[in-house]
Amino acid sequence: MDFAIQTEKLSRIYKIRGGKKSEPKSLAALSDINLEVHRGELFGLLGPNGAGKTTLIKVLTTLLAPTSGQAWVAGYDVAKDPEKVRPRINMVSGGESSGYGLLTVRENLWMFSQFYGIPSGEANRRIKQLLEIVGLADRLNTKSSDLSTGLRQKMNIVRGFLTDPEVLFLDEPTLGLDVGASREVRRFIRQWIDENRARTLLLTTHYMVEAEELCDRVAIVNQGKVLACDTPASLKRRLQQDVLFRLETSPLNGVGAEIFQSLPGVRKVTHRPQDGFAVLELILEEDSILSSVVNAMTTANICIINLQKREPTLEDVFVDLVGRSMEEVESSEQ
Amino acid sequence: MTTLALQNPKSRLRNFVVAAWLGWQIESNWTDPFLFAVYSVVKPISAAAILVVMYSIITQGNFDSPVFPYIYLGNTFYMYVGAIMTGISWTIIDDREHYKTLKYMYIAPISVPVYLIGRGVAKFIVGSISVTITILFGVFFLHVRIDPLAVNWPMFVLALVVGVLMLAMMGLMLAGVTLLTAHHYGAYGEAVAGALYLFSGAIFPLEVLPAYLRPVGYIMPTTYWLELIRRSLVGSVAQAFPTLSGLSDMQILGILVGLTVAFGILSIVVFRWCEYRARERGLIDRVTNY
Ligand SMILES: Nc1ncnc2c1ncn2[C@@H]1O[C@H](COP(=O)(O)OP(=O)(O)OP(=O)(O)O)[C@@H](O)[C@H]1O
Ligand SMILES: [Mg+2]
Repeated sequence: MDFAIQTEKLSRIYKIRGGKKSEPKSLAALSDINLEVHRGELFGLLGPNGAGKTTLIKVLTTLLAPTSGQAWVAGYDVAKDPEKVRPRINMVSGGESSGYGLLTVRENLWMFSQFYGIPSGEANRRIKQLLEIVGLADRLNTKSSDLSTGLRQKMNIVRGFLTDPEVLFLDEPTLGLDVGASREVRRFIRQWIDENRARTLLLTTHYMVEAEELCDRVAIVNQGKVLACDTPASLKRRLQQDVLFRLETSPLNGVGAEIFQSLPGVRKVTHRPQDGFAVLELILEEDSILSSVVNAMTTANICIINLQKREPTLEDVFVDLVGRSMEEVESSEQ
Repeated sequence: MTTLALQNPKSRLRNFVVAAWLGWQIESNWTDPFLFAVYSVVKPISAAAILVVMYSIITQGNFDSPVFPYIYLGNTFYMYVGAIMTGISWTIIDDREHYKTLKYMYIAPISVPVYLIGRGVAKFIVGSISVTITILFGVFFLHVRIDPLAVNWPMFVLALVVGVLMLAMMGLMLAGVTLLTAHHYGAYGEAVAGALYLFSGAIFPLEVLPAYLRPVGYIMPTTYWLELIRRSLVGSVAQAFPTLSGLSDMQILGILVGLTVAFGILSIVVFRWCEYRARERGLIDRVTNY
């Protein structure tokens, strides 16, 4: 078995205790996940809020016990051999500011390197080098409490790479970083994986671009299930027979997007109301279907402001699989 | 590639030293020396002073009674319980809720018990400062009579070392329990330290307790530890309290060592079990939401 990460029918059920009287409910955060990530791969988990991405990372990093099924990381069972897994992995969660505020950036990082048994001199060399890459070199001796949230997150990202793990887990690494910093981090992630094919990296994201541009393979997850798993190009190829249009129209004024959905040849319609207009994304079986949609709009007194034919993205793949856009899934869960 | 830190004694020692270093960085962060003075000096001395005032009212100022140093020293050394035992269990709350690093400690190839006990070293040092100052204060201003030439130093050092180990192991047990509880219940450590105060003969003999509660005191290693510390410092006058007066120093030492080993083993078992439950319930990185 030369998979860096493998799961077999992996499930995790959370028991949610309500009030004193109500029955405890259970929530399947992961159900029967089967994944195989090869050594050397940059693998992405793409899914909306609550899909189970963090839960999967927690199980794989030995923080959380699976309810059933099995998972192996770097060849070891995460539930049975956590102490074999731990020296070989590291993990960073984005969007949180962890660390000892009264230690300097260097001290925080040095301390963790010592827990992994990296000789002090080597650790300091790596710290300098990594801080240079993320543009934090001038903050080497700044107390980490004096860093902004984004800079603290960069420090945390460095902590993950510092120990040169066999398998690195990044949970939403660019969450909360600005556009420039996100781009730098993505570039570094890609470079790190390309530099040494013995390394494996699993990241979660709910940014389509991140999954699309960065990852060798992507698993699309929703409600604890893997809906599809392939290279971004192959995932999009599923929609190759389809044609995609983006329409900006006048507000639908109570007319539901469903009336277009029910037209023959229309595969999927998603609707996003905007300020003063509406955006409709159409997935059609062929070009000619568009005219029936346009007719239906005219009948409903909706005028078209802008119409654009476009290439499929992972977002479309998600819509095709789930029936709704990721945005819609997320807003309906709140 | 990855430096594999297998858990050999050398890497355990390094974990311990680095954890102690971290603990010291946190504890010694006296950016506000005034605050430090309040917590490590003023607070313990005032507590001792209140005790002395109460004692003097009840006994009409009978400071010559051997009961007085017994109470004063019992109360003073009990500070180690709060510092070490409660301190170690608080590390869980600090790392999980405040610094949000507990999960990163857990996924690192370290022994978490070794890490936690390492973090306790700084608590021991800071606790020792308070204890020393309180004793000196008592000796110079509050009629506590300790004759340095009469102190059984070897016994004192031995009792202190065993006691500190014992408190560290009790702290580990509490840390396990803390792992399973939410933040607002996190004051477990303090509650336990408070309860033990009553059951360890710190300021009154166990005979004062109702008979059915006394056994709690008899199985607590803290009871024997405080007795041994007091005997080593003020000699036979410490036998003013009847509880353990029938036992020789060596007998008490034997019981203390035995209980320390027993509690030590129990602590490791309890901690491992709590850790297992915490992993099942997803509590290692839980942050309390209010
Ligand atoms: N400790 C917990 N107890 C109970 N339910 C939980 C717990 N942690 C997560 N869940 C639930 O499990 C589901 C999956 O959560 P998870 O955090 O894995 O999602 P995610 O894909 O990481 O989402 P996001 O994009 O918001 O980070 C959610 O419905 C969440 O509410
Ligand atoms: Mg998440």
